[in-house]
Amino acid sequence: MNLRGCWILFRKEVRRFTVVAMQTLLAPVISALLYLVIFSHVMADRVTMYDDLSYSSFLVPGLIMMSIIQNSFGNTSSSLVFSKVTGSITFVLLGPLSHAEFFIAFVAAAMLRALLVAVAIFIAADLYIGVTVVQPIYVLVFGLLAAATLATIGFLAGVWADKFDHAATFQNFVIMPLSFLSGVFYSIHSLPELWQTISRFNPLFYMIDGFRYGFFGQSDVAPGLSLVVMCGALVILGIIALMMLRSGYKLRT
Amino acid sequence: MSVAVSIKQLHKQFGDLTALNSIDLDINEGEIFGLLGPNGAGKSTLISIMAGLCRADSGQVTIMGRDVVKQATASRRMLGVVPQELLFDPFFKVREVLEIQAGYFGVDRKNRAWIEELLESLGLADKANSNMRALSGGMKRRVLIAQALVHKPKVLVLDEPTAGVDVDLRQSLWSFVERLHNDGTTVLLTTHYLEEAEALCERIGIMNHGDLVALDSRAGLMKRYSHYQLKLRLKGAAETLPAEVAEALQRREADTIWLQVADDDQHLDAILTALKQADIQILTMNSREQTLEDLFLELTAGKAA
Repeated sequence: MNLRGCWILFRKEVRRFTVVAMQTLLAPVISALLYLVIFSHVMADRVTMYDDLSYSSFLVPGLIMMSIIQNSFGNTSSSLVFSKVTGSITFVLLGPLSHAEFFIAFVAAAMLRALLVAVAIFIAADLYIGVTVVQPIYVLVFGLLAAATLATIGFLAGVWADKFDHAATFQNFVIMPLSFLSGVFYSIHSLPELWQTISRFNPLFYMIDGFRYGFFGQSDVAPGLSLVVMCGALVILGIIALMMLRSGYKLRT
Repeated sequence: MSVAVSIKQLHKQFGDLTALNSIDLDINEGEIFGLLGPNGAGKSTLISIMAGLCRADSGQVTIMGRDVVKQATASRRMLGVVPQELLFDPFFKVREVLEIQAGYFGVDRKNRAWIEELLESLGLADKANSNMRALSGGMKRRVLIAQALVHKPKVLVLDEPTAGVDVDLRQSLWSFVERLHNDGTTVLLTTHYLEEAEALCERIGIMNHGDLVALDSRAGLMKRYSHYQLKLRLKGAAETLPAEVAEALQRREADTIWLQVADDDQHLDAILTALKQADIQILTMNSREQTLEDLFLELTAGKAA
């Protein structure tokens, strides 16, 4: 075990995004708050969710989860692609880090970035409209699982991508649509039957739904099911990532 | 003498291109070994396989007895690699880069003294707090060398470390390499500057098209392929040269011919006798000893480095 090596790689990755904190931390918080301000003004008096919940309150967990999804994916994918394009990944590959240590360091750093953004949005939203949390443990577990899962998907995309365009394609044509169609801005019960069924095949739906259960104690599907889906997805994706590293795919040609 | 780097039947194919063709090579502990060859000869592929950056199709490489595939992390601890390209991470300062690299190897804060020594020895002390982006090419090259040495590897690989480096830096780099060598570090050097290999390396391997076409001490190589160049100015432009002379002919300009003559007792005598019998008179005669560069060009079929 090279725990120090893993810790140093984690710290390096954290330093990489904190050096450009305006772009990696502040910008996503501002974006999420703009969504909240605009939607809460436009929709607040027109829509209520789960019988008596204001739309602004309903929106907060969705926006937080969307930020977790985008930032955890973006951190691992952009860091890996940048390191590959500049060749600086060589320095990490020359070090005596195991595949698991390499993977954990990248994913943990992305999780930290996502959670920092999430906490900042939570605090700002609480100050703005007041946020209640019924089941904090669900919020924490689903937040961490979502960050780990999307960081792992970002890791896979980063290893696969040969240039920034590839990673951006993955983000814009896979992650972004899946996150917008997962119930960030709505409950799937407000959709037609067909789209409700299709939504259930979107793994990101379970992240948002379970996360929202932590805030309101209400969700579109049972939180236990969401938990099982997310744990299963994370395990499968983690195994794929480790197999890719073991095979040397695109990193050790 | 124990072996620091053992390469057995190493083969690597990129599509139709054979990058390495069943290479066998041992580099002894404590020696400075020079690996020469034109671009595309397979030197960098060999180094990448040693460093675990590339996977061989077949064969085995061990670094200080550790297999680079089966004992990957252990073998990497033994190895420091200075890559050919000027790679750097633009987010960090020089000292941070060295501390991070040391950290990957699990080296703790006690290593700070060695980092300071590297900064001092490589002339980087006044740049320690500069961002990597702000450094010149030569300075970045020094940082790459410091990064490769930060965990005190037993084997140091320098992949064309002086490419594009000014004379002063080149000299100081070689002084530093000699110091490491004196401390017992095994050094594998690839270079395009043949005089560097001649001056520094105890043994030299020459690669071409994925094959190791020569492997010996410098003196051994020169002896094995020993010949010299003979320049003759002849009286009149002899149209037809005797067979013995034509076989040794390298170049011809008007009445002057350049011959490659084997360094033995018979070849020169045979050439002179043949010219005499053909009634071709020699006006002047000069000879030049073969250099490593001549040998390199000969073994790599005229492919310039």
